[in-house]
Amino acid sequence: IEAIRNTVEQVKLLDRFSNKSTTGTLHLTATHLIFVESNATSILHHHIASVEKLSLTTSGCPLLIQCRNFRVVHFVVPRERDCHDVYSSLLRLLRPVSYDELYAFSYNPKQNEQQRDEGWQLIDLGAEFERMGVPCDQWQLTDVNRDYKVCETYPRDLYVPITASKPIIVGSSKFRSKGRFPVLTYFYQERKAAVCRCSQPLSGFSARCLEDEHMLQAISKANHNNRYVYVMDTRPKLNALANRAAGKGYENEDNYSNIRFQFVGIENIHVMRSSLQKLLEVVGTRSLSVMDYLVGLENSGWLRHIKAIVDAAIFLTKAVTVEGASVLVHCSDGWDRTAQVCSLGALLMDPYYRTIKGFMVLIEKDWISFGHKFADRCDQLDGDPKEVSPIFTQFLECVWQLTEQFPQAFQFSEWFLIQIHEHIHSCQFGNFLGNSQRQREELQLKERTYSLWDHLLSEQQLYLNPVYSPSFAETHPVLEPSTQPWNFKFWRNMYHQFDRSMHPRQSILKNTVMLKENSKELESTVRELQAKLQKFGVSTSPLELHSQQKEQAQEDTPVGSGEERTVEGSSATENGYGEIKGSFGSKSEPAIVSLEFGVARMTC
Amino acid sequence: MEFAELIKTPRVDGVVLHRPFLPTVEGTLCLTGHHLILSSRQDNTEELWLLHSNIDAIEKRFIGSLGTIIVKCKDLRIIQLDIPGMEECLNIASSIEALSTLDSVSLMYPFFYRPMFEVIEDGWHLFSPEEAFKDLESMTDEWRLSEVNKDFTVCPSYPSLVTVPKDIDDDTLCKAAAFRHGGRFPVLSYYHKKNGMVMMRAGQPLTGTNGRRCKEDEKLINATLRAGKRGYIIDTRTIAVAQQAKARGGGFEQEANYPQWRRIHKAIERSNILQESLIKLVEACNDQSNSMDRWLSKLEASNWQSHVKEILTTACLAAQCIDRSGASVLVHGTEGTDSTLQVTSLAQIILEPACRTIRGFQALVEREWLQAGHPFQQRCAQSAYSNGKPRSEAPVFLLFLDCVWQILRQFPCSFQFNEHFLITLFEHAYASQFGTFLGNSAAESRVKLKLSRKTVSLWSWVNRPQELERFVNPLYEPNSLVIWPSVAPQSLLLWEGVFLRWNRSTKFLDEAYEEMVHIIEYNKELQNKVNSLRRQLAQLETEDSPLQTP
Repeated sequence: IEAIRNTVEQVKLLDRFSNKSTTGTLHLTATHLIFVESNATSILHHHIASVEKLSLTTSGCPLLIQCRNFRVVHFVVPRERDCHDVYSSLLRLLRPVSYDELYAFSYNPKQNEQQRDEGWQLIDLGAEFERMGVPCDQWQLTDVNRDYKVCETYPRDLYVPITASKPIIVGSSKFRSKGRFPVLTYFYQERKAAVCRCSQPLSGFSARCLEDEHMLQAISKANHNNRYVYVMDTRPKLNALANRAAGKGYENEDNYSNIRFQFVGIENIHVMRSSLQKLLEVVGTRSLSVMDYLVGLENSGWLRHIKAIVDAAIFLTKAVTVEGASVLVHCSDGWDRTAQVCSLGALLMDPYYRTIKGFMVLIEKDWISFGHKFADRCDQLDGDPKEVSPIFTQFLECVWQLTEQFPQAFQFSEWFLIQIHEHIHSCQFGNFLGNSQRQREELQLKERTYSLWDHLLSEQQLYLNPVYSPSFAETHPVLEPSTQPWNFKFWRNMYHQFDRSMHPRQSILKNTVMLKENSKELESTVRELQAKLQKFGVSTSPLELHSQQKEQAQEDTPVGSGEERTVEGSSATENGYGEIKGSFGSKSEPAIVSLEFGVARMTC
Repeated sequence: MEFAELIKTPRVDGVVLHRPFLPTVEGTLCLTGHHLILSSRQDNTEELWLLHSNIDAIEKRFIGSLGTIIVKCKDLRIIQLDIPGMEECLNIASSIEALSTLDSVSLMYPFFYRPMFEVIEDGWHLFSPEEAFKDLESMTDEWRLSEVNKDFTVCPSYPSLVTVPKDIDDDTLCKAAAFRHGGRFPVLSYYHKKNGMVMMRAGQPLTGTNGRRCKEDEKLINATLRAGKRGYIIDTRTIAVAQQAKARGGGFEQEANYPQWRRIHKAIERSNILQESLIKLVEACNDQSNSMDRWLSKLEASNWQSHVKEILTTACLAAQCIDRSGASVLVHGTEGTDSTLQVTSLAQIILEPACRTIRGFQALVEREWLQAGHPFQQRCAQSAYSNGKPRSEAPVFLLFLDCVWQILRQFPCSFQFNEHFLITLFEHAYASQFGTFLGNSAAESRVKLKLSRKTVSLWSWVNRPQELERFVNPLYEPNSLVIWPSVAPQSLLLWEGVFLRWNRSTKFLDEAYEEMVHIIEYNKELQNKVNSLRRQLAQLETEDSPLQTP
């Protein structure tokens, strides 16, 4: 960590849900805000969404900092002048205006150039399409967008039906918002059914485009099993109608042969942004009653939106896997709701995407390469606040909801999802910077920054789901989640990840992970001991036990951190059962126990 | 009365059984005095054995001559029986109705049940007040076991032996009893070994509108305080409710008369409100509408989670007074048989590690619920599908179990038992082949019904090694600390194991649980293997080099 700019001592950090506080020293560096007491809390400037100076109190000047990873810190600085200094420094540091100011360009994990390149080569989308079985007799790679001339928010490499000629593609792209014409994103080999994505057609009230109609015809022809193509407009019908007045809109079934048109009703980025805002307001309330919590949860609409996305993904999955039909998904621009539905649908259809590596590939394909506007949505640069929206967060949450229903289907645990979420805002790695592939190339990210995937793979031990069963994929290649409303739960470990008092004090996940790691150590100890015994001429049976693991760990990764298992206590006062009136002298609390596993760790 | 009189049609062929998430079964329906049985003609097909006492309500429908009976059980399951023939269907329905609502306790199944297993350890003799007192004696000599209630005349809902301060004689107890609701004078509920503080429980004081006082009652509870110390009285009712109670002869301790005590009012609801809450919650869980908003608003309207939070909070407060503030506590509501017991028993789960073991939890249920006079038979007469006007039914015990489950979820390694154990207790409190939860008090069950001679104890069955195995939490590691649960609404979960049990398939969750158990067992085996190899090696090394030591 580089030079410290400001240091303020005797700063109090208040817990937002109890009356507890700790006193320590606050440091401000070029990239981090660091609070040091017995241990250090470090906050990347990029994570800070807002800083607020509250009115002066007797104990000092309060500073309220809200972070994009849902951390809320409340400092009290003894002297107002110090507080103002920190506040104004932060305001300057908070709003980078150019990409060069982002942490990724100064972050150096001490890798050489070759290691960096290898990191970036981990994910290869060409290989991913090959894995799906593309190119094939019906689908081909087109070079039409090699130079980003047809669509600047799409990647260079695109897959289209073999019967879609260049003039058809170009014509179709002119009839679609931002030139985002229908392209392949997932191929369900078993039924030769395709999942395609695009943006809305510029149909207005009556406009039509023969090339676009041909394009859909080509998608239909590419599927011999089922010539119907479902066109899923992921917007509520009302929104789509409103778009018609602006010369955009949706496909008229009369103009396209063999399509089945369907609205699925996911709300737009503005609704989602305010929904999360409401949710966070509710769960951030101190001494919240159950009634206010449930009413607030309902009124925020958050879980309704999550369910709508999952419902849409299930619709997509059924059309493809049960009916063997190809599906074209779009919304308005085709980079928010479309990305959510296509990626979640693929996750339901293809077990590969439920592995650590596969999940990275999925994000790289449906989100990064197809131009989800991470810079705008995650507020990486000082931009338009109306462009900010938790679209990707919702996707991660949908995946979490699925992991709750299918605990053995995913190779990763929720800490993997939370860690990815941490880094869409951290701007520490290059992957999520910018809004499109073209922009990323211009920024020379592969030369100037490091890849998150390499970093996450190097510590994947931390993200493994201990009860993951690879054989689950064989018995359940396609997941069929229940959409009963009670299956959708508030994701406490995401939205309260930094609020220790909310969480179980002992974690089943943490325990199981540690036992599994410990077992690996014991296995090698057994082998060592057996080898020693052999020297004495004692032969022992090879390591074979009654409950021998059915599936040995997939790869030989270094054995655990040797963390001690602790029986954790908890404290009475941080839970706020109610103040004891006229307390007769209270004793000090027992020392705070260690942080819960997986709470996003320091990243400096 | 003969059961045969109630059974108009003892058997019907060609009945089709529908159960959620299970294939339909066709077979012969038989009614016996205590069971509804469906046996299929095929082998290997699961049969249905349903206790009549588990049936909460039935509905019948007809389509032509095909009748359908919907059976709603106290364990919240709903099954459907298609019965060919209108007359058969009507007969079956009326028989079930009669058999599931028998008034006489002595006709209940536990009096007829003969165990298929050998009783090794008789559950009826496992947890006596004498035994509990022996433990107490080893820690303190400030208490005595009083026989003042030996014939149940001082307090009909107390056991014959109660623990009271050593310096208080039986005469004083009798006078204090006359001043407390139901004769429930303050008795010891829990002794906190760490600092010698105690928790007592009682019925409300009968102050009435003119502020009656009772010197003996004051003397009794003051005797539990150390010199110079003060205590807390936790009244589980709001101050408004407690005030209203005065008009009916009840009330609360006036500060002037109890200067050494601070009173805290909490807001745990009374039984009829809890019953209504349960009915609404189960209705919400059975709603098939698939709308998120509807689910959340119904969940909220049921208020169930609010009750869980309030009860847990009050228990935590009691525990906090004892452990953190070093003060003794007296807990009461109105009768002292419902919310009071929820609070005193949960506080012990929080404070006392022994209560988190299987045996310790059984002892707790015995001490704080059965012997403490929770009227199980009245409270558990009906469950969530009761449609008549509730009499005294209320899910008081179920709420307690729900609260325990919440703590278990937050401290998954600190309990020797698992969720399944709690669900089993819930089932048996409402319908059982065992006599444990019959009757309303020790006087009634032990003496009048002679349960310990005429029925089998649930604990006799639970504690058999084969059964016990199913209730053990594989993650358990004794935790000697006080465990403070979070009571934030975000930390409290819906107890799906009970309320959504029949509405979802738990196959994937069960398999994942199995895998976790497997990981734990494998680790234990490896540990043993390492230990035995080390011993073997150490032995060889010493044998091999006897001359190495100087």
